[in-house]
Amino acid sequence: MSSTELQALYQELILDHSRHPQGFGLKPGAAAESHQVNPTCGDEVTLRLHVEPGSDVVTSVSWEGHGCAISQASASLFTEMADSLTLDDLSSRIDLFRTAMRSRGAIEPDEELLGDAAALGGVSKYIARVKCAMLAWVAAEHAIAQVRSR
Amino acid sequence: MTETAATTRTSTPSGAAFSAAESAALRADFPILSAEVNGSPLVYLDSGATSQKPRQVLDAERSFYEHDNAAVHRGAHTLAALATESFEDARSTVARFVGARDEEIVWTSNATEGINLVAYAMSNASFGRGGAAAQRFALGAGDEIVVTEMEHHANLIPWQELAARTGATLKFIPIDDDGSLRLDDLEHIVTERTRVLAFTHVSNVLGIVNPVEELVARARVVGALTVLDACQSAPHLHLDLAALGVDFAVFSGHKMLGPTGIGVLYGRGDLLDALPPFLTGGSMITTVTMETAEYLPAPQRFEAGTQRVSQAVALAAAVRYLQSVGLDRISAHEALLGERLVAGLSALPGVRVLGQAAGHHRVGLASFDVAGIHSHDVGQFLDDRGIAVRVGHHCAQPLHRRLGITSSTRASTYLYSTADEVDQAIQGVADATVFFGVTS
Repeated sequence: MSSTELQALYQELILDHSRHPQGFGLKPGAAAESHQVNPTCGDEVTLRLHVEPGSDVVTSVSWEGHGCAISQASASLFTEMADSLTLDDLSSRIDLFRTAMRSRGAIEPDEELLGDAAALGGVSKYIARVKCAMLAWVAAEHAIAQVRSR
Repeated sequence: MTETAATTRTSTPSGAAFSAAESAALRADFPILSAEVNGSPLVYLDSGATSQKPRQVLDAERSFYEHDNAAVHRGAHTLAALATESFEDARSTVARFVGARDEEIVWTSNATEGINLVAYAMSNASFGRGGAAAQRFALGAGDEIVVTEMEHHANLIPWQELAARTGATLKFIPIDDDGSLRLDDLEHIVTERTRVLAFTHVSNVLGIVNPVEELVARARVVGALTVLDACQSAPHLHLDLAALGVDFAVFSGHKMLGPTGIGVLYGRGDLLDALPPFLTGGSMITTVTMETAEYLPAPQRFEAGTQRVSQAVALAAAVRYLQSVGLDRISAHEALLGERLVAGLSALPGVRVLGQAAGHHRVGLASFDVAGIHSHDVGQFLDDRGIAVRVGHHCAQPLHRRLGITSSTRASTYLYSTADEVDQAIQGVADATVFFGVTS
Protein backbone atom coordinates (compact mmCIF):
# COMPACT_ATOMS: atom_id res chain seq x y z
CA MET A 1 0.00 0.00 0.00
CA SER A 2 2.83 2.36 0.73
CA SER A 3 6.58 2.07 0.39
CA THR A 4 8.98 1.26 3.19
CA GLU A 5 10.48 4.74 2.74
CA LEU A 6 7.11 6.29 3.46
CA GLN A 7 6.62 4.01 6.48
CA ALA A 8 10.07 5.10 7.70
CA LEU A 9 9.18 8.77 7.21
CA TYR A 10 5.92 8.47 9.09
CA GLN A 11 6.91 6.13 11.92
CA GLU A 12 4.29 5.52 14.55
CA LEU A 13 6.41 7.52 17.01
CA ILE A 14 6.26 10.56 14.71
CA LEU A 15 2.54 10.25 14.07
CA ASP A 16 1.94 9.91 17.84
CA HIS A 17 3.89 13.07 18.55
CA SER A 18 2.06 14.95 15.79
CA ARG A 19 -1.29 13.97 17.28
CA HIS A 20 -0.29 14.54 20.91
CA PRO A 21 2.49 17.11 20.83
CA GLN A 22 4.64 17.77 23.91
CA GLY A 23 5.09 21.35 25.08
CA PHE A 24 2.19 22.67 23.01
CA GLY A 25 0.77 25.89 24.49
CA LEU A 26 2.91 28.95 25.20
CA LYS A 27 3.87 29.43 28.84
CA PRO A 28 4.71 32.76 30.49
CA GLY A 29 8.13 33.67 31.82
CA ALA A 30 10.25 32.72 28.82
CA ALA A 31 13.85 33.85 28.41
CA ALA A 32 13.31 34.28 24.68
CA GLU A 33 10.77 33.66 21.94
CA SER A 34 11.06 33.15 18.18
CA HIS A 35 8.45 32.94 15.44
CA GLN A 36 9.30 31.07 12.24
CA VAL A 37 7.32 30.62 9.04
CA ASN A 38 7.78 28.12 6.24
CA PRO A 39 7.01 30.34 3.23
CA THR A 40 6.13 27.50 0.86
CA CYS A 41 3.17 26.31 2.92
CA GLY A 42 2.53 29.10 5.43
CA ASP A 43 3.14 26.78 8.36
CA GLU A 44 4.39 28.53 11.46
CA VAL A 45 5.73 27.94 14.91
CA THR A 46 6.22 30.23 17.89
CA LEU A 47 8.68 28.75 20.34
CA ARG A 48 9.66 29.91 23.81
CA LEU A 49 12.78 28.93 25.65
CA HIS A 50 12.47 28.81 29.43
CA VAL A 51 15.83 29.10 31.20
CA GLU A 52 16.63 28.76 34.89
CA PRO A 53 17.35 32.26 36.23
CA GLY A 54 21.04 32.91 36.76
CA SER A 55 22.10 29.84 34.79
CA ASP A 56 22.14 28.62 31.20
CA VAL A 57 20.09 25.50 31.79
CA VAL A 58 16.87 25.07 29.81
CA THR A 59 14.03 24.24 32.17
CA SER A 60 11.42 23.74 29.44
CA VAL A 61 10.32 24.62 25.94
CA SER A 62 6.80 25.74 25.11
CA TRP A 63 5.45 26.36 21.64
CA GLU A 64 2.43 26.86 19.44
CA GLY A 65 1.94 26.49 15.74
CA HIS A 66 0.29 24.62 12.94
CA GLY A 67 1.67 22.52 10.19
CA CYS A 68 2.24 19.07 8.79
CA ALA A 69 2.81 15.92 10.81
CA ILE A 70 6.58 16.28 10.40
CA SER A 71 6.78 19.87 11.65
CA GLN A 72 4.47 19.24 14.59
CA ALA A 73 6.20 16.01 15.62
CA SER A 74 9.58 17.67 15.22
CA ALA A 75 8.64 20.53 17.56
CA SER A 76 7.32 18.01 20.06
CA LEU A 77 10.44 15.84 19.89
CA PHE A 78 12.63 18.91 20.23
CA THR A 79 10.74 19.87 23.37
CA GLU A 80 11.42 16.45 24.90
CA MET A 81 15.09 16.57 24.02
CA ALA A 82 15.78 20.13 25.17
CA ASP A 83 14.70 19.61 28.76
CA SER A 84 17.57 20.22 31.25
CA LEU A 85 20.24 20.83 28.61
CA THR A 86 22.58 23.79 28.76
CA LEU A 87 22.32 26.33 25.95
CA ASP A 88 25.67 25.14 24.59
CA ASP A 89 24.54 21.52 24.54
CA LEU A 90 21.28 22.50 22.92
CA SER A 91 23.11 24.49 20.23
CA SER A 92 25.39 21.61 19.38
CA ARG A 93 22.45 19.22 19.14
CA ILE A 94 20.65 21.62 16.78
CA ASP A 95 23.80 21.65 14.60
CA LEU A 96 23.94 17.87 14.71
CA PHE A 97 20.29 17.59 13.73
CA ARG A 98 20.71 20.05 10.87
CA THR A 99 23.72 18.16 9.53
CA ALA A 100 21.74 14.92 9.52
CA MET A 101 18.70 16.60 7.92
CA ARG A 102 20.82 18.06 5.12
CA SER A 103 22.63 14.79 4.43
CA ARG A 104 20.06 13.39 1.98
CA GLY A 105 19.89 10.20 3.98
CA ALA A 106 23.67 9.74 4.28
CA ILE A 107 23.93 10.50 8.01
CA GLU A 108 21.81 8.75 10.63
CA PRO A 109 20.95 11.11 13.47
CA ASP A 110 22.77 10.27 16.70
CA GLU A 111 20.14 8.69 18.95
CA GLU A 112 22.26 9.04 22.09
CA LEU A 113 22.39 12.79 21.75
CA LEU A 114 19.09 13.52 20.02
CA GLY A 115 16.89 10.93 21.72
CA ASP A 116 13.63 10.09 20.02
CA ALA A 117 14.16 13.03 17.62
CA ALA A 118 16.53 10.69 15.79
CA ALA A 119 13.38 9.05 14.42
CA LEU A 120 13.12 12.05 12.09
CA GLY A 121 16.14 10.76 10.17
CA GLY A 122 13.89 9.52 7.35
CA VAL A 123 13.00 13.13 6.52
CA SER A 124 16.47 13.83 5.16
CA LYS A 125 15.74 11.71 2.06
CA TYR A 126 12.91 14.11 1.18
CA ILE A 127 14.58 17.42 0.41
CA ALA A 128 11.28 19.31 0.25
CA ARG A 129 10.42 18.26 3.79
CA VAL A 130 13.66 19.19 5.55
CA LYS A 131 12.33 22.70 6.18
CA CYS A 132 9.28 21.19 7.90
CA ALA A 133 11.49 19.22 10.27
CA MET A 134 13.81 22.18 10.90
CA LEU A 135 11.12 24.77 11.67
CA ALA A 136 11.08 24.45 15.50
CA TRP A 137 14.82 23.87 15.65
CA VAL A 138 15.51 27.09 13.75
CA ALA A 139 13.12 28.91 16.09
CA ALA A 140 15.08 27.53 19.05
CA GLU A 141 18.36 28.61 17.46
CA HIS A 142 17.06 32.17 17.17
CA ALA A 143 15.80 32.09 20.76
CA ILE A 144 19.22 30.90 22.01
CA ALA A 145 20.91 33.73 20.09
CA GLN A 146 18.58 36.21 21.81
CA VAL A 147 19.40 34.88 25.27
CA ARG A 148 23.12 35.02 24.52
CA SER A 149 23.01 38.54 23.12
CA ARG A 150 21.85 39.90 26.46
CA MET B 1 -16.01 8.95 -20.86
CA THR B 2 -19.17 10.30 -22.38
CA GLU B 3 -20.66 13.72 -22.53
CA THR B 4 -23.54 12.76 -20.29
CA ALA B 5 -21.47 13.51 -17.20
CA ALA B 6 -21.29 17.14 -18.25
CA THR B 7 -24.80 18.03 -17.17
CA THR B 8 -23.90 21.16 -15.29
CA ARG B 9 -25.95 24.06 -14.11
CA THR B 10 -23.90 26.61 -15.97
CA SER B 11 -22.55 26.70 -19.46
CA THR B 12 -19.98 24.06 -20.35
CA PRO B 13 -17.67 23.73 -23.33
CA SER B 14 -19.38 22.33 -26.40
CA GLY B 15 -16.69 19.97 -27.74
CA ALA B 16 -16.54 16.22 -27.21
CA ALA B 17 -14.10 14.70 -24.73
CA PHE B 18 -11.23 12.55 -26.02
CA SER B 19 -11.74 8.87 -26.74
CA ALA B 20 -9.33 6.41 -25.14
CA ALA B 21 -7.46 6.09 -28.44
CA GLU B 22 -7.23 9.86 -28.89
CA SER B 23 -6.04 10.24 -25.33
CA ALA B 24 -3.34 7.61 -25.80
CA ALA B 25 -2.18 9.29 -29.01
CA LEU B 26 -1.95 12.67 -27.26
CA ARG B 27 -0.03 11.23 -24.34
CA ALA B 28 2.49 9.65 -26.70
CA ASP B 29 3.53 13.19 -27.71
CA PHE B 30 4.70 13.94 -24.15
CA PRO B 31 7.95 12.06 -23.39
CA ILE B 32 7.85 12.73 -19.64
CA LEU B 33 4.47 11.07 -19.21
CA SER B 34 6.05 7.64 -19.65
CA ALA B 35 8.38 8.27 -16.70
CA GLU B 36 8.31 6.27 -13.48
CA VAL B 37 8.33 8.05 -10.14
CA ASN B 38 9.07 6.15 -6.92
CA GLY B 39 8.50 2.87 -8.72
CA SER B 40 5.10 3.79 -10.15
CA PRO B 41 4.07 5.32 -13.47
CA LEU B 42 3.97 9.11 -13.19
CA VAL B 43 0.49 10.52 -12.62
CA TYR B 44 1.03 14.20 -13.30
CA LEU B 45 -1.73 16.26 -11.72
CA ASP B 46 0.15 19.53 -11.29
CA SER B 47 -0.46 21.16 -14.66
CA GLY B 48 -1.92 24.21 -12.93
CA ALA B 49 1.62 24.92 -11.71
CA THR B 50 3.31 24.05 -14.97
CA SER B 51 2.34 21.90 -17.93
CA GLN B 52 4.38 19.15 -19.54
CA LYS B 53 5.71 19.70 -23.08
CA PRO B 54 5.03 17.74 -26.25
CA ARG B 55 7.85 16.69 -28.58
CA GLN B 56 6.61 19.26 -31.13
CA VAL B 57 7.47 22.10 -28.73
CA LEU B 58 10.83 20.64 -27.73
CA ASP B 59 11.66 20.07 -31.41
CA ALA B 60 10.73 23.65 -32.32
CA GLU B 61 13.09 25.10 -29.74
CA ARG B 62 15.92 22.76 -30.76
CA SER B 63 15.31 23.43 -34.44
CA PHE B 64 15.50 27.18 -33.88
CA TYR B 65 18.92 26.84 -32.28
CA GLU B 66 20.07 24.40 -34.95
CA HIS B 67 18.97 26.40 -37.97
CA ASP B 68 17.81 29.98 -37.26
CA ASN B 69 19.61 31.30 -34.20
CA ALA B 70 20.74 34.95 -34.27
CA ALA B 71 19.98 38.20 -32.46
CA VAL B 72 16.62 39.65 -33.46
CA HIS B 73 15.85 43.24 -34.52
CA ARG B 74 19.52 44.23 -34.58
CA GLY B 75 21.32 42.69 -37.53
CA ALA B 76 21.28 42.65 -41.30
CA HIS B 77 22.72 39.24 -42.06
CA THR B 78 20.65 36.33 -43.33
CA LEU B 79 20.36 34.49 -40.03
CA ALA B 80 19.40 37.69 -38.22
CA ALA B 81 16.58 38.14 -40.70
CA LEU B 82 15.48 34.52 -40.30
CA ALA B 83 15.51 34.76 -36.51
CA THR B 84 13.58 38.04 -36.57
CA GLU B 85 11.01 36.51 -38.88
CA SER B 86 10.58 33.46 -36.61
CA PHE B 87 10.28 35.73 -33.59
CA GLU B 88 7.63 37.96 -35.19
CA ASP B 89 5.76 34.98 -36.70
CA ALA B 90 5.54 33.58 -33.19
CA ARG B 91 3.98 36.86 -32.05
CA SER B 92 1.38 36.63 -34.82
CA THR B 93 0.55 33.04 -33.95
CA VAL B 94 0.00 33.90 -30.29
CA ALA B 95 -1.91 37.08 -31.19
CA ARG B 96 -4.39 35.19 -33.38
CA PHE B 97 -4.74 32.54 -30.68
CA VAL B 98 -6.15 35.08 -28.20
CA GLY B 99 -8.03 37.35 -30.60
CA ALA B 100 -5.43 40.13 -30.62
CA ARG B 101 -3.44 42.12 -33.19
CA ASP B 102 0.31 41.56 -33.40
CA GLU B 103 1.22 44.93 -31.92
CA GLU B 104 -1.00 44.24 -28.93
CA ILE B 105 1.25 41.35 -27.82
CA VAL B 106 4.32 42.08 -25.68
CA TRP B 107 6.73 39.29 -24.74
CA THR B 108 7.61 39.12 -21.06
CA SER B 109 9.49 36.56 -18.99
CA ASN B 110 6.30 35.34 -17.38
CA ALA B 111 2.84 36.56 -16.37
CA THR B 112 4.16 38.04 -13.13
CA GLU B 113 6.48 40.28 -15.12
CA GLY B 114 3.56 41.32 -17.33
CA ILE B 115 1.53 42.54 -14.36
CA ASN B 116 4.56 44.26 -12.88
CA LEU B 117 5.23 45.90 -16.24
CA VAL B 118 1.77 47.49 -16.19
CA ALA B 119 2.07 48.47 -12.52
CA TYR B 120 5.53 50.02 -12.92
CA ALA B 121 4.58 51.74 -16.17
CA MET B 122 1.64 53.26 -14.29
CA SER B 123 3.89 54.53 -11.54
CA ASN B 124 6.21 55.97 -14.18
CA ALA B 125 3.16 57.76 -15.57
CA SER B 126 2.40 58.92 -12.04
CA PHE B 127 5.85 60.55 -11.98
CA GLY B 128 4.89 62.42 -15.16
CA ARG B 129 6.74 60.13 -17.57
CA GLY B 130 5.05 59.60 -20.93
CA GLY B 131 3.67 63.11 -21.10
CA ALA B 132 0.05 64.06 -21.49
CA ALA B 133 -0.87 60.84 -23.31
CA ALA B 134 0.17 58.83 -20.26
CA GLN B 135 -1.81 60.88 -17.75
CA ARG B 136 -4.71 58.42 -17.99
CA PHE B 137 -2.37 55.92 -16.28
CA ALA B 138 -1.25 58.29 -13.50
CA LEU B 139 -2.40 57.49 -9.97
CA GLY B 140 -2.40 59.53 -6.78
CA ALA B 141 -4.10 59.96 -3.44
CA GLY B 142 -7.85 59.46 -3.76
CA ASP B 143 -7.51 57.01 -6.65
CA GLU B 144 -8.40 53.38 -6.06
CA ILE B 145 -7.17 50.03 -7.36
CA VAL B 146 -9.54 47.08 -7.01
CA VAL B 147 -8.60 43.38 -7.04
CA THR B 148 -10.47 40.31 -5.81
CA GLU B 149 -10.04 38.21 -2.70
CA MET B 150 -9.18 35.13 -4.78
CA GLU B 151 -6.13 36.56 -6.56
CA HIS B 152 -2.80 34.81 -6.98
CA HIS B 153 -0.10 36.81 -5.19
CA ALA B 154 1.16 37.89 -8.64
CA ASN B 155 -2.05 39.85 -9.20
CA LEU B 156 -2.12 41.28 -5.69
CA ILE B 157 1.33 42.32 -4.54
CA PRO B 158 2.23 44.44 -7.62
CA TRP B 159 -0.96 46.44 -6.92
CA GLN B 160 -0.17 46.72 -3.22
CA GLU B 161 3.20 48.14 -4.21
CA LEU B 162 1.72 50.48 -6.83
CA ALA B 163 -0.72 51.81 -4.24
CA ALA B 164 2.12 52.32 -1.76
CA ARG B 165 4.24 54.18 -4.34
CA THR B 166 1.48 56.46 -5.57
CA GLY B 167 -0.72 57.01 -2.50
CA ALA B 168 -3.65 55.25 -4.15
CA THR B 169 -5.88 52.91 -2.11
CA LEU B 170 -6.18 49.17 -2.73
CA LYS B 171 -9.62 47.58 -2.30
CA PHE B 172 -10.97 44.15 -3.08
CA ILE B 173 -14.12 42.36 -4.16
CA PRO B 174 -14.85 39.72 -1.48
CA ILE B 175 -15.82 36.12 -2.14
CA ASP B 176 -18.61 33.95 -0.80
CA ASP B 177 -18.01 30.80 1.24
CA ASP B 178 -18.21 28.80 -1.99
CA GLY B 179 -15.52 30.96 -3.54
CA SER B 180 -17.61 32.88 -6.05
CA LEU B 181 -17.18 36.64 -6.28
CA ARG B 182 -19.71 38.66 -4.31
CA LEU B 183 -20.92 41.01 -6.98
CA ASP B 184 -23.96 42.29 -5.06
CA ASP B 185 -21.80 45.11 -3.72
CA LEU B 186 -19.86 45.71 -6.93
CA GLU B 187 -21.21 49.23 -7.47
CA HIS B 188 -19.94 50.31 -4.05
CA ILE B 189 -16.51 48.78 -4.55
CA VAL B 190 -15.83 49.72 -8.18
CA THR B 191 -16.68 53.43 -8.20
CA GLU B 192 -15.75 56.67 -9.96
CA ARG B 193 -12.53 56.63 -7.90
CA THR B 194 -11.51 53.23 -9.30
CA ARG B 195 -8.70 53.54 -11.82
CA VAL B 196 -7.71 49.87 -12.16
CA LEU B 197 -9.75 46.69 -11.79
CA ALA B 198 -7.44 43.65 -11.81
CA PHE B 199 -8.89 40.16 -11.56
CA THR B 200 -8.29 36.59 -12.52
CA HIS B 201 -10.23 34.92 -15.33
CA VAL B 202 -10.02 31.46 -13.72
CA SER B 203 -8.99 30.92 -10.11
CA ASN B 204 -5.85 28.78 -9.76
CA VAL B 205 -7.23 27.39 -6.50
CA LEU B 206 -10.98 27.20 -7.01
CA GLY B 207 -11.19 26.46 -10.73
CA ILE B 208 -14.01 29.00 -10.93
CA VAL B 209 -14.49 30.94 -14.16
CA ASN B 210 -15.17 34.55 -13.22
CA PRO B 211 -17.83 36.67 -15.00
CA VAL B 212 -15.47 38.81 -17.06
CA GLU B 213 -18.26 40.54 -19.00
CA GLU B 214 -19.97 41.81 -15.84
CA LEU B 215 -16.72 43.11 -14.35
CA VAL B 216 -15.61 44.76 -17.60
CA ALA B 217 -19.04 46.38 -17.98
CA ARG B 218 -18.81 47.91 -14.51
CA ALA B 219 -15.22 49.08 -15.09
CA ARG B 220 -16.30 50.78 -18.31
CA VAL B 221 -19.11 52.64 -16.57
CA VAL B 222 -16.63 54.20 -14.15
CA GLY B 223 -13.74 54.51 -16.64
CA ALA B 224 -11.40 52.08 -14.89
CA LEU B 225 -8.73 50.08 -16.71
CA THR B 226 -9.16 46.31 -16.56
CA VAL B 227 -6.27 43.87 -16.12
CA LEU B 228 -7.07 40.19 -16.63
CA ASP B 229 -4.93 37.38 -15.23
CA ALA B 230 -5.48 34.75 -17.93
CA CYS B 231 -2.84 32.27 -16.68
CA GLN B 232 -5.40 29.57 -15.93
CA SER B 233 -7.69 30.32 -18.86
CA ALA B 234 -5.42 30.77 -21.90
CA PRO B 235 -4.16 27.15 -21.71
CA HIS B 236 -7.60 25.64 -21.20
CA LEU B 237 -10.42 27.73 -22.68
CA HIS B 238 -11.06 29.42 -26.00
CA LEU B 239 -9.89 32.95 -25.28
CA ASP B 240 -10.88 36.04 -27.28
CA LEU B 241 -9.42 39.04 -25.48
CA ALA B 242 -10.87 41.56 -27.92
CA ALA B 243 -14.34 40.11 -27.43
CA LEU B 244 -13.92 40.12 -23.64
CA GLY B 245 -13.05 43.81 -23.90
CA VAL B 246 -10.34 43.84 -21.25
CA ASP B 247 -7.67 46.54 -21.45
CA PHE B 248 -4.73 44.38 -20.40
CA ALA B 249 -4.23 40.66 -19.95
CA VAL B 250 -1.33 38.41 -19.04
CA PHE B 251 -0.57 34.72 -19.35
CA SER B 252 2.48 32.48 -19.17
CA GLY B 253 3.89 30.10 -21.76
CA HIS B 254 4.93 27.27 -19.47
CA LYS B 255 1.37 26.57 -18.33
CA MET B 256 0.23 26.06 -21.94
CA LEU B 257 2.73 23.47 -23.20
CA GLY B 258 5.38 26.11 -23.88
CA PRO B 259 8.80 26.58 -22.25
CA THR B 260 9.59 28.55 -19.12
CA GLY B 261 10.95 32.07 -19.49
CA ILE B 262 8.24 33.39 -21.78
CA GLY B 263 4.99 35.14 -20.97
CA VAL B 264 2.63 37.48 -22.73
CA LEU B 265 1.24 40.89 -21.93
CA TYR B 266 -1.73 41.96 -24.03
CA GLY B 267 -2.68 45.63 -24.24
CA ARG B 268 -5.79 46.76 -26.09
CA GLY B 269 -5.66 49.03 -29.12
CA ASP B 270 -3.48 52.08 -28.64
CA LEU B 271 -3.18 51.76 -24.85
CA LEU B 272 0.30 50.28 -25.09
CA ASP B 273 1.55 53.15 -27.26
CA ALA B 274 0.50 55.63 -24.59
CA LEU B 275 1.98 53.67 -21.70
CA PRO B 276 5.49 54.73 -20.64
CA PRO B 277 8.12 51.98 -20.75
CA PHE B 278 9.07 49.92 -17.70
CA LEU B 279 12.43 48.33 -18.58
CA THR B 280 14.59 50.55 -20.76
CA GLY B 281 17.73 49.94 -22.81
CA GLY B 282 18.64 48.56 -26.20
CA SER B 283 16.18 47.67 -28.98
CA MET B 284 13.32 49.79 -27.65
CA ILE B 285 14.41 53.24 -28.90
CA THR B 286 14.42 55.42 -32.02
CA THR B 287 16.86 58.25 -31.18
CA VAL B 288 19.23 58.41 -28.23
CA THR B 289 21.39 61.31 -27.08
CA MET B 290 23.49 61.60 -23.93
CA GLU B 291 20.57 63.37 -22.27
CA THR B 292 17.42 61.67 -23.48
CA ALA B 293 15.83 59.00 -25.66
CA GLU B 294 12.75 58.50 -27.77
CA TYR B 295 10.93 55.22 -27.75
CA LEU B 296 9.56 52.89 -30.37
CA PRO B 297 5.84 52.20 -30.45
CA ALA B 298 4.49 49.02 -28.83
CA PRO B 299 5.37 46.24 -28.61
CA GLN B 300 9.09 47.06 -29.04
CA ARG B 301 9.04 49.83 -26.44
CA PHE B 302 8.44 47.15 -23.81
CA GLU B 303 11.03 44.69 -25.10
CA ALA B 304 14.34 46.14 -23.96
CA GLY B 305 17.46 44.04 -24.23
CA THR B 306 18.03 40.59 -25.67
CA GLN B 307 14.73 38.83 -26.16
CA ARG B 308 13.50 35.32 -25.38
CA VAL B 309 13.59 34.21 -28.98
CA SER B 310 13.74 30.43 -28.77
CA GLN B 311 11.07 30.52 -26.08
CA ALA B 312 8.76 32.62 -28.28
CA VAL B 313 9.28 30.22 -31.17
CA ALA B 314 8.56 27.24 -28.93
CA LEU B 315 5.49 28.93 -27.46
CA ALA B 316 4.14 29.41 -30.98
CA ALA B 317 4.66 25.67 -31.55
CA ALA B 318 2.70 25.03 -28.35
CA VAL B 319 -0.13 27.24 -29.60
CA ARG B 320 -0.22 25.38 -32.91
CA TYR B 321 -0.35 22.10 -31.00
CA LEU B 322 -3.30 23.34 -28.91
CA GLN B 323 -5.05 24.59 -32.05
CA SER B 324 -4.55 21.28 -33.83
CA VAL B 325 -6.15 19.44 -30.90
CA GLY B 326 -8.87 22.07 -30.56
CA LEU B 327 -9.57 24.24 -27.53
CA ASP B 328 -13.23 23.25 -27.48
CA ARG B 329 -12.29 19.61 -27.11
CA ILE B 330 -9.59 20.34 -24.52
CA SER B 331 -12.09 22.36 -22.47
CA ALA B 332 -14.70 19.62 -22.67
CA HIS B 333 -12.20 16.95 -21.67
CA GLU B 334 -10.96 18.96 -18.69
CA ALA B 335 -14.45 19.93 -17.56
CA LEU B 336 -15.28 16.23 -17.26
CA LEU B 337 -12.08 15.55 -15.34
CA GLY B 338 -12.79 18.50 -13.05
CA GLU B 339 -16.30 17.22 -12.43
CA ARG B 340 -14.96 13.73 -11.74
CA LEU B 341 -12.37 15.09 -9.29
CA VAL B 342 -14.89 17.16 -7.36
CA ALA B 343 -17.50 14.42 -7.23
CA GLY B 344 -14.99 11.77 -6.15
CA LEU B 345 -13.18 13.87 -3.58
CA SER B 346 -16.36 15.33 -2.09
CA ALA B 347 -17.68 11.83 -1.48
CA LEU B 348 -14.72 10.98 0.79
CA PRO B 349 -15.29 11.44 4.54
CA GLY B 350 -13.46 14.49 5.92
CA VAL B 351 -12.60 15.91 2.50
CA ARG B 352 -13.74 19.44 1.71
CA VAL B 353 -13.35 20.62 -1.86
CA LEU B 354 -12.74 24.37 -2.04
CA GLY B 355 -15.01 26.36 -4.30
CA GLN B 356 -18.28 25.41 -5.84
CA ALA B 357 -19.84 21.98 -5.39
CA ALA B 358 -20.00 19.31 -8.05
CA GLY B 359 -22.42 20.27 -10.82
CA HIS B 360 -21.06 23.79 -11.26
CA HIS B 361 -18.83 24.40 -14.23
CA ARG B 362 -15.14 24.55 -13.38
CA VAL B 363 -11.91 23.94 -15.21
CA GLY B 364 -10.15 20.63 -14.64
CA LEU B 365 -8.75 21.24 -11.19
CA ALA B 366 -9.78 20.84 -7.58
CA SER B 367 -8.17 22.02 -4.36
CA PHE B 368 -9.20 20.32 -1.17
CA ASP B 369 -8.65 20.09 2.55
CA VAL B 370 -8.53 16.76 4.36
CA ALA B 371 -9.64 17.03 7.99
CA GLY B 372 -6.80 16.01 10.29
CA ILE B 373 -4.15 15.71 7.57
CA HIS B 374 -1.92 18.55 6.48
CA SER B 375 -1.62 19.08 2.72
CA HIS B 376 2.13 18.31 2.82
CA ASP B 377 1.38 14.92 4.26
CA VAL B 378 -1.36 14.23 1.69
CA GLY B 379 1.04 15.24 -1.07
CA GLN B 380 3.83 13.10 0.36
CA PHE B 381 1.55 10.07 0.50
CA LEU B 382 0.44 10.57 -3.13
CA ASP B 383 4.01 11.19 -4.30
CA ASP B 384 4.95 7.80 -2.88
CA ARG B 385 2.67 6.38 -5.58
CA GLY B 386 4.05 8.60 -8.31
CA ILE B 387 1.10 11.00 -8.13
CA ALA B 388 2.24 14.63 -8.43
CA VAL B 389 -0.05 17.26 -6.88
CA ARG B 390 0.54 20.75 -5.54
CA VAL B 391 0.47 21.37 -1.80
CA GLY B 392 0.58 24.61 0.15
CA HIS B 393 -1.21 27.91 -0.36
CA HIS B 394 -0.73 27.96 -4.16
CA CYS B 395 0.40 31.61 -3.96
CA ALA B 396 -3.03 32.60 -2.63
CA GLN B 397 -2.66 33.11 1.10
CA PRO B 398 -5.53 35.61 1.51
CA LEU B 399 -7.92 33.23 -0.27
CA HIS B 400 -6.94 30.34 1.99
CA ARG B 401 -7.26 32.54 5.06
CA ARG B 402 -10.73 33.62 3.90
CA LEU B 403 -11.70 29.93 3.62
CA GLY B 404 -10.38 29.27 7.13
CA ILE B 405 -7.34 27.18 6.21
CA THR B 406 -3.60 27.69 5.75
CA SER B 407 -2.98 25.33 2.90
CA SER B 408 -4.65 22.82 0.61
CA THR B 409 -3.87 20.04 -1.84
CA ARG B 410 -4.54 20.72 -5.52
CA ALA B 411 -4.95 18.23 -8.33
CA SER B 412 -4.93 19.95 -11.72
CA THR B 413 -5.35 18.31 -15.11
CA TYR B 414 -4.60 19.12 -18.72
CA LEU B 415 -5.38 17.67 -22.12
CA TYR B 416 -3.10 14.67 -21.50
CA SER B 417 -4.71 13.75 -18.15
CA THR B 418 -7.05 10.77 -17.95
CA ALA B 419 -10.06 9.70 -15.92
CA ASP B 420 -7.97 6.79 -14.64
CA GLU B 421 -5.37 9.21 -13.28
CA VAL B 422 -8.09 11.20 -11.55
CA ASP B 423 -9.44 7.99 -10.02
CA GLN B 424 -5.97 7.03 -8.80
CA ALA B 425 -5.65 10.39 -7.06
CA ILE B 426 -9.05 10.03 -5.42
CA GLN B 427 -8.20 6.50 -4.24
CA GLY B 428 -4.85 7.81 -2.99
CA VAL B 429 -6.54 10.45 -0.87
CA ALA B 430 -8.93 7.83 0.51
CA ASP B 431 -5.97 5.61 1.43
CA ALA B 432 -4.11 8.54 2.98
CA THR B 433 -6.95 9.08 5.45
CA VAL B 434 -6.50 5.47 6.59
CA PHE B 435 -2.68 5.72 6.69
CA PHE B 436 -2.78 8.82 8.85
CA GLY B 437 -5.49 7.36 11.04
CA VAL B 438 -8.28 9.86 10.47
CA THR B 439 -10.60 7.17 9.08
CA SER B 440 -10.48 3.42 9.60
